[in-house]
Amino acid sequence: MKIIVPVKRVVDYNVKVRVKADQSGVELANIKMSMNPFDEISVEEAIKLKEAGVATEIIAVSIGVTQCQETLRTALAMGADRAILVETSAEVQPLAVAKLLKAICEKESPQLVILGKQAIDDDSNQTGQMLAALMNWPQATFASKVSVDAGIAEVMREIDGGMETIEIKLPAIITADLRLNTPRYATLPNIMKAKKKPMDVTTPEALGVDITPRLKTLKVVEPPKRKGGVIVADVAALVDKLKNEAKVI
Amino acid sequence: MSEYNAPLKDINFLLEHVIGLEEIARLPGCEEVTPDLVSAIFEEAGKFSKEVLAPINRSGDLEGAKISNNVVTTPKGFKEAYWKYVEGGWSQLEAPVAFGGQGLPHIVATPVSEMLGSANMAFKLCPLLTLGAIAALDEHASADVKNKFIPSMAAGKWTGTMNLTEPQAGSDLALVRSKAILQADGSYKISGQKIFITYGEHDYTENIIHLVLARIEGAPDGVKGISLFVVPKFLVNADGSLGARNDVKCVSIEHKMGIHGSPTCVMVYGDAGGATGYVVGEPNRGIEYMFVMMNAARLGVGLEGVSISERAYQHALVWARERVQGRPVTPVPASFGPSPKSVPIIYHPDVKRMLLTMRAYAEATRALTYYTSACLDIAERSIDEKQKRTNQALVELLIPIVKGWSTEIGIEVTSLGIQVHGGMGFIEETGAAQYYRDARISAIYEGTTGIQANDLVGRKVGREGGQTALALIAEMEKLPALLLAMNDVNLKAVAAQLTTSIASAKRATDWIATMFPNNPAAVFAGAVHYLKLMGTVTGGWMMARAALAAATQIKAGDGDGDYLKAKIMTTRFYADHILTMAPSFANAVIQGADSVLQMEEALF
Repeated sequence: MKIIVPVKRVVDYNVKVRVKADQSGVELANIKMSMNPFDEISVEEAIKLKEAGVATEIIAVSIGVTQCQETLRTALAMGADRAILVETSAEVQPLAVAKLLKAICEKESPQLVILGKQAIDDDSNQTGQMLAALMNWPQATFASKVSVDAGIAEVMREIDGGMETIEIKLPAIITADLRLNTPRYATLPNIMKAKKKPMDVTTPEALGVDITPRLKTLKVVEPPKRKGGVIVADVAALVDKLKNEAKVI
Repeated sequence: MSEYNAPLKDINFLLEHVIGLEEIARLPGCEEVTPDLVSAIFEEAGKFSKEVLAPINRSGDLEGAKISNNVVTTPKGFKEAYWKYVEGGWSQLEAPVAFGGQGLPHIVATPVSEMLGSANMAFKLCPLLTLGAIAALDEHASADVKNKFIPSMAAGKWTGTMNLTEPQAGSDLALVRSKAILQADGSYKISGQKIFITYGEHDYTENIIHLVLARIEGAPDGVKGISLFVVPKFLVNADGSLGARNDVKCVSIEHKMGIHGSPTCVMVYGDAGGATGYVVGEPNRGIEYMFVMMNAARLGVGLEGVSISERAYQHALVWARERVQGRPVTPVPASFGPSPKSVPIIYHPDVKRMLLTMRAYAEATRALTYYTSACLDIAERSIDEKQKRTNQALVELLIPIVKGWSTEIGIEVTSLGIQVHGGMGFIEETGAAQYYRDARISAIYEGTTGIQANDLVGRKVGREGGQTALALIAEMEKLPALLLAMNDVNLKAVAAQLTTSIASAKRATDWIATMFPNNPAAVFAGAVHYLKLMGTVTGGWMMARAALAAATQIKAGDGDGDYLKAKIMTTRFYADHILTMAPSFANAVIQGADSVLQMEEALF
């Protein structure tokens, strides 16, 4: 069975993000970019399923600028078999991503699509759910444990207040949460091999998908600066502040 | 715990825009060495160094390697890290393709090794020694010996060591006394004591392959009677499985100033009748074989100076940004409020000077080491005989400079790193002191700075009338005009200092070429000054080449503006604060001999 793993190129998690002077977004010029950490977890999970003999082929898919090829090479170096880049320099919002992934799923007929639960740049947490709806496939979001047997995936999910285990029929969508696994380091021989693995480049037009944004960003601002803390006299003063100043209780 | 972030921007920039990766990619066996592949390799090596090796650097220093009943235990986490290193395939990087390695050139291996060394110098020594042993076997051993040992070493399953030093034979290997007696089956029985054996015994792997210098019974005295042997800890059966335990053991480990995580062993061979060893290559040519691989080994140790300088710089920079102390004398950001009473110390001019010195030296030694690695690749792999010869001569000249100068710089930079921290730097918990203690050995082992300097002025400059050095100087003399053509105020200042310092290098080189045949003692008296002079000037030349490439990119509107600007400013600093020392070094070379030679021993 085939697994599709979408990977997004995002600002590296170590980078301190700065807002552009014109408030149109965050500064991306000369910033270190890496694979979205949740997507690394999905790649790792797909590789584990392949190593366990469940999956036969892993296809990494990225959507965005030419440099997304580097992100795809990282997925190939970790162990994906081939890659597809949907190249575009336009803004791609979650619905458009889901539509593009749908077009690819229809071509490739995977049994599983494992996505990161969200990307650390916009934190949308929508693509997996939208793709499931568009494909009319079952979904298991926020996975922290996955096992696949006889066309059924058993997924332990992180939910408010605990864990929930569900079964879903394949083909299906799974989104990875933080505790699903620890992504491996790419090995030197695999980095060398990744260069020779196939990478197809296509476009939204070629896939027949309209990616025109539906949402408009008005402005992006930095969060307010953290103010210094105060030491309160007693518990009563603390409760008073929480009630009347912070208004949280 | 201090973080380590691999300086990938500088590494990739040097390779792509200064050293010239395309030229290396044209060499046989290097076809795959493209910018995207090497940057992917560096990215992962940087991640591995940061996440696996750096976190156990300080704990390894505190705990140190331990010995009990001839069994050596490495500090907590080292063995696990070693196996992660092996699983990552890093042991294969430079190893020959014929034995399961990736056979990548020095220019790719050097930056990877730099990162490992920055993250954890004590850890890195084991892979370094194994690579050296593989290279020696690959170059000289019989097919049988190669097939028996190299594949498992390249795979990281076994590690390698170098056993040269004995209590009475340090820098002077002619005094080696370990004995080898020929056996009926063609093997030898080795006996003797070896000291200072890095990773001579450890708990990483099931077998350890020792390369040992010893004298075959009846061999001539001096260096011409020393042979090289391979002596495994466990004998290896014909089918590759491990056989009997060999008669070699570690009897103690040294208590050292630094690199505590790395066991430095006293090895005893033949306590129970003789350790079984196999001669590598021909008998009595051991020293000659060692010399062949000396260039790569010295390059590797010179690189330790780069590694430790980079790490000390990163550590000091974090502190200088956090430590708030003293009223500013220069403008500071408005966020500190109007006339702040105290600001982070990075705003104070002298602290900036120290940080810039550290940064400039780390970048200059890095650039020079990478350049030398590229020359070594061309010398080893080129099919053009003339190009091969030119680069080999250049390598011979540059190796003692890289080794001697970079490691001395490592001491200076790590010392400055402590200074930036003030009193806290003297406190071990701060972490800056470890780099200083670790850095100290690099200027000693694999030939002290004095040995490097004597090699430089004697074998490399004196004996050939300065021919290669003068050719390099002529090449360097072309750069100032290119810098001036950029019409940039910083590059103009760099060009001026570069011109003066190259003239100093020429003056000292001419003097050595003239003086050496008749009065070598006068040359040896100032040899270390000459080594520092050549390091300072060639390092400045490399910095200026990088600054020129940076300015060209800025003009074209390419690249990362902040990085490029910093490169130019750092080069300007190097020119004004470091290159300006060149004339003094040259004066010491030329005028310094009398005071040294005339001071009689009895007057000390």
